[in-house]
Amino acid sequence: MTTNKKDTNTDFEVRSLDAICKNQEAVELPMWHNLKYLAFGVAFGIVLIKSEVISWFRIQEMFRLQSFHMFGVIGSAVAVGALSVFLIKKFKIKSIHGEEIILPEKTFNKGQIYGGLLFGFGWAMTGACPGPMFAQLGYGAIATAVTILMAIVGTWVYGLLREKLPA
Amino acid sequence: MTIIELIKQPWPWYVAGPIIGLMVPTLLIFGNKTFGISSSLRHVCAACLPAKIPFFQYDWKKEIWNLFFVFGVFLGGIVTAFYFKNDAAVVVDPQLITELSAYGIVDFSGLVPSEIFSWASLATPRGFILMVIGGFLVGFGTRYAGGCTSGHAIMGLSNLQLPSLIATISFMAGGFIMANLILPFILSL
Repeated sequence: MTTNKKDTNTDFEVRSLDAICKNQEAVELPMWHNLKYLAFGVAFGIVLIKSEVISWFRIQEMFRLQSFHMFGVIGSAVAVGALSVFLIKKFKIKSIHGEEIILPEKTFNKGQIYGGLLFGFGWAMTGACPGPMFAQLGYGAIATAVTILMAIVGTWVYGLLREKLPA
Repeated sequence: MTIIELIKQPWPWYVAGPIIGLMVPTLLIFGNKTFGISSSLRHVCAACLPAKIPFFQYDWKKEIWNLFFVFGVFLGGIVTAFYFKNDAAVVVDPQLITELSAYGIVDFSGLVPSEIFSWASLATPRGFILMVIGGFLVGFGTRYAGGCTSGHAIMGLSNLQLPSLIATISFMAGGFIMANLILPFILSL
C-alpha cells in the first residue's frame, strides 16, 4: 500500500473521530514551550490520585453503583468544562498567543459504540483509562507497565485492522 | 491541620471534579489544544513502530505536547507518592469489600489490588486476563471510539458533542457489563 502524507491527511478528514488534534497552533513555538503541558500534566496526575478516581476499587464501586463519588467527579468536571467552553465561545476568548480558539466538531461513527464498549470492558478490568495508567505507574504500581504496554499494542493493532473494522 | 496534611487526605468529588474540568479551558487558552490523552498512545506507535500502516503515517512531532502532558501525569504520580501520600486504605462501600474478599482480594492499601496487579500474578489466569487483555482493550477500544474518558466524556461533553455522549454511554455500558457480569467469573479463575 502506498500512502503519501496528503492521502493520510484526507483520511483524517473522512474519519475525523480518530483524528489527532486538528486545531493546533499555527505559530511555531520553541520546544521549551511544551514544558507548560508537562506542568499541567503533573497537576492532572496529582488530582487523579488524590481524588482516587484512578483507584481500581473506586472504579468497581462506580460500575456496581455502590458510590456516588465517581459520578460526582465526572459530572462536576463536565459542568465546569461545559461552562468554560460556553464562555470561551460567547466572549470569543483568544489563546494567549492571540489565536482564535477552535473546537472541532465530532461526527458519528459506529466505532464510538463498538470501541466504546470494548474500552468500557478494559476500564472495568484494569481500573484505568489511558491517563490514569501513567499516574498509577508513577505512584508505584509498577505492574501497570504491562497494562500501558498492552494499551500501546492495542492501539497499534487497531491501526493495523482499521480498514477492516465496521465504521 | 496543616495544608500538607489537608492535601494528603482523599479529595472529595466537588473539589477534584471542578479542577479536572478546568483542564479544558486551561489547555484551550494556553495553547489551543483540546483535552485528550489516548491519542498519546497513537503518537507512541507513530514514533516507534509505524510499520507503513497509514494510520500511523503523520508527523507525530507536531503533537508532541500530548506526550509532554502524559509524561507530566506520570511525574504527578511520583510527586504524589513522595509528598502527598496517604497511607490509609481507600474507603469503599462495605458491600464491595465483602464481595471482593470472596475472591481473595483483601489488600485495599494501593491504587490497584496487589493480589492481581503484580509481576507474580501475571502468570495466573486472572492476572493475565486483567492486565494483558484489559490493557489491550483500553488501547484498542479508545482508538476505535476516537477518544477516552478525557477526550469524549470530559472534552466532548463539555463541547456538547452528541458522538461523545454516545461514546460515553458506551464506555459506561461496557463497564457495567464487565464489572457485574464478566468480572466475577474472571476473578474466580
